[in-house]
Amino acid sequence: MGAMSGKEKALWYVGALVIVLYALLPVAWIISLSLKAESDLANKSFLPTNATGSNYSGIFSGDGADLFLPALRNSIVVCLISTLIAVVLAMFAAYAIARLEFPGKRLVLTSALAVAVFPVITMVTPLFNLWRQIGLYDTIPGLVIPYLALTLPISIWTMSAFFRGIPWDMEQAAQVDGATSWQAFRKVIVPLAAPGVFTTAIIAFFIAWNDFVFGISLTSTSRAQPVPAALSSFTGSSYFVQPTGAISAAAVIVTIPVVLLALVFQRRIVAGLTNGAVKG
Amino acid sequence: MARIELKNIVKKYGDGFPAVNDVSIDIADGELLILVGPSGCGKSTLLRMIVGLEDITSGDLLIDGKRVNDLAPRERDLAMVFQNYALYPHLTVGENIAFPLRLAHGKVSEQEVQSRVKRAADMLELNEHLDRKPANLSGGQRQRVAMGRAIVRDAKAFLFDEPLSNLDAKLRGQMRTEIARMQRSLATTTVYVTHDQTEAMTLGDRVAVLRKGLLQQVASPRELYEQPVNLFVAGFIGSPPMNFLPARVEGDRLQLPFCDVPAPAAIGAAERQGQLLIVGVRPEHFDDVEVTEAPAGAVTFSAQVDVTEWLGNELYAYIPFEAAAETKEQLAELDRELDGESMRSQLVVTLDAMTSVRDGDTAQLWFNPDRMHVFDPSTGENLTRDEERAKAIGELSEKLRVRSLERAAQQSGGRKEPMGARS
Repeated sequence: MGAMSGKEKALWYVGALVIVLYALLPVAWIISLSLKAESDLANKSFLPTNATGSNYSGIFSGDGADLFLPALRNSIVVCLISTLIAVVLAMFAAYAIARLEFPGKRLVLTSALAVAVFPVITMVTPLFNLWRQIGLYDTIPGLVIPYLALTLPISIWTMSAFFRGIPWDMEQAAQVDGATSWQAFRKVIVPLAAPGVFTTAIIAFFIAWNDFVFGISLTSTSRAQPVPAALSSFTGSSYFVQPTGAISAAAVIVTIPVVLLALVFQRRIVAGLTNGAVKG
Repeated sequence: MARIELKNIVKKYGDGFPAVNDVSIDIADGELLILVGPSGCGKSTLLRMIVGLEDITSGDLLIDGKRVNDLAPRERDLAMVFQNYALYPHLTVGENIAFPLRLAHGKVSEQEVQSRVKRAADMLELNEHLDRKPANLSGGQRQRVAMGRAIVRDAKAFLFDEPLSNLDAKLRGQMRTEIARMQRSLATTTVYVTHDQTEAMTLGDRVAVLRKGLLQQVASPRELYEQPVNLFVAGFIGSPPMNFLPARVEGDRLQLPFCDVPAPAAIGAAERQGQLLIVGVRPEHFDDVEVTEAPAGAVTFSAQVDVTEWLGNELYAYIPFEAAAETKEQLAELDRELDGESMRSQLVVTLDAMTSVRDGDTAQLWFNPDRMHVFDPSTGENLTRDEERAKAIGELSEKLRVRSLERAAQQSGGRKEPMGARS
């Protein structure tokens, strides 16, 4: 892009500001709500009159903690397992798709896409019945399996794009240097695809972390219930009080790992690791 | 350290088009063979078949007498330098060079790896860059790292795939000399692919010229230059390229656009009366009468010079002429095949820089008809090729090759252990 005039620059900044405000306003709202006292919730002002941490202490102790802490543990375990499996499987699948010519290659890609666009809600009822029959209802594997169906297609698509970006010469050079196909994959291709692997892992983790439909339908107790589902069963301090403050506090807490993850791996994602591989 | 034999090698792709067709070459131990030809002639495909990155459709590939058609690249024990270098960006220069040794788990001790990397780095003057990443190196340095990775292991042969085409002109000249020196001192069999005829002429012990997947001629550079087998080889070798002139047989003379010359005995003028042939004369075989006296037997003619290009050490003069329609189409086709695109038929002559010929002058030029080639326009065959002379040139260059290998062996004999020696 050529040099921008002062006016153009200003317009760009204004545009960016509008988008950032639009995206962050709900987040700020949730944070503000989580700091409000019960009586303050419906006072029609954006900022809490008296900031209080009572909502946070509420979900980490007593009744709230019994509900929230196991859910947090379940969410972390389920999401990590499904991310790990999805990334490993997608890595091999994407490598094959990017590098090899085999019959049915297009079919694999198209069906992956078809699964990705299939409405999740239509799968819930059959799965619910099936899981109850075979004893997967309300278990950790009972969530991991449907989460794989959500994360695998997008993982395969992103990673095959990354693999395609790696010059094939790298791998051939390794083979000529005496590497087996597996050595070439492990010592050359995987390190080069690392940014792609991280990107995919984060996307997969987010998808699993954000799921609500499977979480609410396929679990019922703290054995396997993930956070989004658990939040919906929060209750207020009395029957007549909405648990808005507690839910907001829990929402803020579950956002933190996601933000941390994105910040930590930001550099790996952006890194142009293939620089200098080939003359270009 | 190996002899590589190609026997009737064919490569066909899915559409049945033969990219390489029935190529047979015998590469002697320690020889540097160049595969050369215009783009799309199959030279890179042939190289990739030798190294094992492309399947061989039919024919046999023998390394040291053993058929290796079905071996994976890593089992062939050949080292290759890629056109784009294919360095591993996540490894340092030192680790890039050590990579082939590290793959041979346990067979090479860490100490041995270090000393071999050191030796390769010494040879290529990469010592101060060993800890840097390829991304931070210049083009020439990357090229040397790629060569380091090839020479660090005692591979049976080196394969180069247009290794210098990404470098600028000056560096290319320097690296060319380096490669020649390295190949001599290591005495390792080398196959080198290039589209640059200067590289082919200067580097190779022998040069194989390919055209549309077919092998045209395998010979020493000198033989290619002096005794090309056909129109294609004659046009490809030499810069500026050979001039092709239409020539009509009249009695025992050939009528050229500017003059007529006695017909060489080899063409059998009696049976070809009135036929149109193609005469090839190299630009450097013309001279200006004013600068050099025409010797006995030379043909002198005058021609109107259109454009001149003065290069300091010599001068190119361009002389347009009207080509006969019959040969025009064929010469244009040949030119396209050689990646050229000449708009008009013209004679290029290389004159001494002292000449006073300038744009628009009428110049008195001479050439020796003994040095011209006569080609059959329908087959492209060189009718004046002297087989005996060609054989003598071939024998001489083979003798020179063996001698230079012996000299290299003597020189490295003083050292503790030559780089290329099998451990």
